[in-house]
Formats: sequence, C-alpha cells, structure tokens
Amino acid sequence: MAVKFDMSDDSVVVVIGTGAGGGVLSNELAQKGVKVVALEAGGRYLPEDYINDEWESFGQLAWVDPRTTSGDWRVSKDFPGLPAWIVKAVGGTTIHWAGASLRFQEHEWKALSTYGPVEGANLLDWPIDAAEMAPYYTKAENKLGVTRTGGRAGLPGNNNYKVFEAGAKALGYKKVHTGRMAINSAEYDNRNACQQVGFCFQGCKFGAKWSAAYTDIPRGEATGNLEVREHSHVARIVHDKRGKVSGVEYFDKDGNLHLQKARIVCVAGNTIESPRLLLNSASAMFPDGLANSSGMVGRNYMRHMTGSVYAVFDKPVRMWRGTTMAGIIQDEARHDPSRGFVGGYEMETVSLGLPFMAAFLNPGAWGRSFTTALDAYENMAGMWLVGEDMPQESNRVTLNPEVKDQWGLPVANVNYSDHPNDIAMREHAYRQGAAIYDAVGATRIFPTPPYPSTHNLGTNRMSADPKNGVVNKWGQTHDIANLFISDGSQFTTGASENPTLTIVALAIRQADHIADEMSKGNL
Amino acid sequence: MAERISNRNLTRRQLLQSSVAAGGIAVIGMGFVAAPDAAWALEVTEITEHQMATLVQMARDIYPHDRVADEYYVIAVKGYDSADKKAFVAQGVARLDELAQAAGNASYLETKWEENRVALLRQIENDAFFQAVRGGLITGLYNQKAIWPIFGYEGESFSKGGYIHRGFDDINWL
Repeated sequence: MAVKFDMSDDSVVVVIGTGAGGGVLSNELAQKGVKVVALEAGGRYLPEDYINDEWESFGQLAWVDPRTTSGDWRVSKDFPGLPAWIVKAVGGTTIHWAGASLRFQEHEWKALSTYGPVEGANLLDWPIDAAEMAPYYTKAENKLGVTRTGGRAGLPGNNNYKVFEAGAKALGYKKVHTGRMAINSAEYDNRNACQQVGFCFQGCKFGAKWSAAYTDIPRGEATGNLEVREHSHVARIVHDKRGKVSGVEYFDKDGNLHLQKARIVCVAGNTIESPRLLLNSASAMFPDGLANSSGMVGRNYMRHMTGSVYAVFDKPVRMWRGTTMAGIIQDEARHDPSRGFVGGYEMETVSLGLPFMAAFLNPGAWGRSFTTALDAYENMAGMWLVGEDMPQESNRVTLNPEVKDQWGLPVANVNYSDHPNDIAMREHAYRQGAAIYDAVGATRIFPTPPYPSTHNLGTNRMSADPKNGVVNKWGQTHDIANLFISDGSQFTTGASENPTLTIVALAIRQADHIADEMSKGNL
Repeated sequence: MAERISNRNLTRRQLLQSSVAAGGIAVIGMGFVAAPDAAWALEVTEITEHQMATLVQMARDIYPHDRVADEYYVIAVKGYDSADKKAFVAQGVARLDELAQAAGNASYLETKWEENRVALLRQIENDAFFQAVRGGLITGLYNQKAIWPIFGYEGESFSKGGYIHRGFDDINWL
C-alpha cells in the first residue's frame, strides 16, 4: 500500500466506507489526482480468502456489530439483531452482492409525478433524470463489465434458470433472460470468466464478479493518491466554527481514537451506518446531527419489497450449481396500477445452500412440514422478488441509546413497517412466482419471507428542496458544502432494480463533480 | 465425516446388556447414552443420561429427517452437557416430562408416537428452553457437512473448478 497521508493533512478527501459507493468514489477521485484517505471498518479479504461455505463466510464477512430493530416487518421478529445482511470489509457489500446490474426505468426517477401522491408514503421526484444519468450508467456498466451491455455476451443459464425460464415462457412473459450481470461471461478487464461455482454471495473466488475489493481499491492505491485504512471505525465527523466539516475521528483496530483532518468528507457507510454517523456527530452547533436541518436524516428507510418463492419438483434441479442470480423476468417491473399497486418488481433466480435454506426458508418453523421441504432440497428451484417499496418517514434509522457497540457508541435501531402498497405488491409477486413454477409442474410451493436486508436505501435522501431531503443532486448535503453522501442512502426512491449499478453510477458522477469543484476552488 | 461419539471401548454386547431402551435411544447408565445397536454412545458428565436422551429425541422431533442417523442429532445437542446449562436443561426436561405425565405417559421419552411427542412440544414452543434447542439445531444440525450428501447438497465447488464442466445446466426433464 503505497501512500500514507499525515493525520494533520487537511488537504485530503476522507471517504468513509469502501463499497459500491465509497470504493468507487475513492478510486475515481484518485485517478483524477485527488488525495484520498478511505476509512474502512472491516479488514481486507481477496478472492483467495473467500470461503465456499455459507456460515463460515458469514463469519468472515458479515457486519454483525450490534443493531436493534422495531416495526411490523418480519425480519424484526426472525432476526431482531440482524436487520441487514451486508459486509464489513474493504470492498463492502460488493463482495457479497449477486451482481445484478440494472438501470432504473425512466419513470422511476420521477416516482411522485408518475404515481401521484400515495397515502402514507413520502414519495418525491429525484432531482436528476434518466437522460442525465445515461452516460454515467454507461461508464458504470463498462467498469463492472455488465453482460448484455456494451457488446458483452450474456451468461449461460443454469438449471435453476432453465426451470424459471420454462415457467415464465409458459405464462407468456417476454422479458426473460440471464440478466445484465457484473459477472464475466468471458474474460474482461483482467478478471476471469464465470466458472459457475455457485457461491456468489460468499465472494467470487475466481474474481469473475466485479467487486471494488479487487478492482477499484487496488487501482486507486496504485495511483499513489489513495490510502485505505482498514479496521478503522469512524466515531464522528467534526466541524469548525464556521460549520464546515474539518475531520473525522475514528477508532483503529486497538481501540485508539485518531483524528484525520479533511478538506472534504464523503460518507458511504451504507444506509444504516451513514445516518447513524451523522446522528452520532451531533454538536452544539448541530444538535440534531450533521446535515439534519430538514429532520430527514435516518428517515425514509427503504429495503425493497422482497420475498422469495421456492418450489419443489418431482425431479432434481440442483439449483445451487452455478450463478446464484442466474436470470431475470422483467415483465412485472412496469408501473401498472391496474395490478393494485404502484411501481413494479423484478423476479430473479436465487439459490441458497442447505445450511442457509434451513435458516431462511421459513424462520422459526419446525416439524415435518418444514423438514420434508428440506428433504426435497435437491429438487428445489428458487426465485427472489425485488420491487419498489414506499418511502415512509416513520421507517427510519435512529440511535438506540440503550445499546452500545464495542466502541461505546449508540447503535442504530432500524424501524420498518410495510406500506399497504408493499403488501399488495408482495402478494402479487408471490402469486406470479407460484404460477411460474406451477406451469412446470411444481409439487409444492413456499412463499418465503424477506431475508435481512441487502438493499438498504434512502436515509439521506436526495431532494431539490433542502426542506425535504438531506443532499442535493450531487450528493452534497444541503447544510454543509464540504460534506457529501456517496452511498445508497442518498436514494430519493428505491425503484424496482437492484441498486448497486445506480450507486456506482452516482459515485462516478459525484467524483467528476467534486474534482471539478475542487479545481475551481469552490470546495 | 461425522465424528464418532464413543470415547470408551464399549462393546455392542456390553451396551445391550446394560441398556434400558427408551424410545429409540438407550439410557445405559454409567454416564452413557447410546443407540440400542451401539452405533454411537455419548458420555455425559454434567446432565443426566435421561436428560441427554430427551434432548436427542427432542432434536429429532423438532427437525425430523428419517434418513439422518441419530448420531448427527447427538452432535447437535451434546453441547448441553455443560455446567452452565445444567439447570436450564434440568428444568426444561422436567417440564416436558410433567406434560407427558399429564397426558398419561411415563415421560417424554416413553411417549411412543412422534405425533404425541410433537403435541407436547407444541405446548412449550414459545418457551426459552424449546427456542434455544430449536435455534441451536439450525446450525448444530444443518451445518454438519456429513449430512449434506443425504440432501444432495454438494458443498464447496471451487476446488473442483466450479460446475462449468460438472453439470450446472444438465437438467433434462423440462
């Protein structure tokens, strides 16, 4: 790791977090000659370190610092201390993600205008649109090597996909294919082609799936402009008398507190940690937390409408073989209120190994109804349902003063309750998912409840008007000019697509903006 | 491979001579719980043989897989034989036996039909004891690599080069 910056060097940009947002932003800035210190709470794990074993890998990578939950979502009952299944490591959740890389649909940038007001929901239009994002999506797709874009071929379909595709076609679905995936169908950008290992969620040991851990991070470091400090857990962001942020206090591996000075601070700690950090950074000047004059920090937490459908057949499927998310049906992603809800959802194949299937198929269930399902594991196919959930002000991340983490900091409480629109969409999706498998002869179907969230969005939302959001169209906080949000927490609304490609595109765009403003002397 | 539980050289004959069959599990005294056919034996030091046998039966009744041998259930619950869990187990098993007696059986283990034992478990399924045993089985039982082949699950594949040449798309019945 080449460069080391001094703690007192106040010319550096400090990026907090190294995942899809922070990892990409750090590299993009470093490529432009901007000096960056990236602080990462976790350690560094590379393909040779990843483990083809679900629980062992979970122990290696998952963010398991204490958190609490509330609200009527089932995750709060099934996994009260684990609201999210995300990664604590250099590269963040890009190690764990399945690789689905979809652009938002045009109308999804304008949810309020398109859907109209929805009671109980806090819909808003993004201050940016599809045309503005198109060139950044193209850059993101080329960076990630997304299949079915830029002339790159699609991946071959595995057994799980073939069952899914046959059912989809029998139902008359048209937009059915093996996905636009950040998984190489052929060697690309010094990364291998997919070998159909089947442990995408545990980190790709062939490096066929894009992850910031082994692309953007080392490339940024190679410029000599990026220093990544591992095992560095940020406690608070500090500011000067004028109300500009001036540095970041963090704990190193041994629990020593350091202060890194900064010219600009970019927060990319994921939608749970980012608002927690702003709230934990409250001061006399900012008693409600940093960048929180709107009161929106932590609010509008979104996690996508999710669920899964697993089905058993009279013959083997062996769904675990090959790409975990091996294909998609996009016909239901449209906005069509005649279905009884606004927004849409994607259907994507998914597979869990036996240990995680036991944990997630129907948490808490026991007895023969449950065990005969697992007895048929070899004959099972599965899909994940992912759709736009409604932003609600009461769905929010707050500090829980009753519970402290290992650094003595109040932990995040994640409160979430489904909106009636989310419930109507999930019921529709369960019905369609079941129909797909019925069409190919399923003997038994399981409408499986949501897992701990991997798509965590919205708690520092982007807005044109400073009154109803935390950041502007550049991810710059409305209140503090040199404080940026660079992760999925800036999402105004969630859209139906997996969010990583959009997080990456926003990070590339934000890097352009920050470098430009720095060179103009505005930051 | 599953570890063999026996840590003394008990012969099958000795086991059969000393065992008192209870349910599918033999409580043989001398600190041992064993399978009637001596396929496995477990020495208990903190909790009683009856308590351990009850836990093993309970594990099977919670997550019954008829093709999974008792020894894997034994591995999943043997951690309850510890000083700090002794009172917790004693209390939980006593409660279960009390319910069995109220239903006209000598004990949970002496309740012969699975459905009748399950009916007893339903009465305690929200209790901390049941939830601890059930929750522990999710990893204690299903994360034993030795049972994965019984379910067809193949485990890690990286060392074999993934499935690209080993049947990732070999489905032939669609």
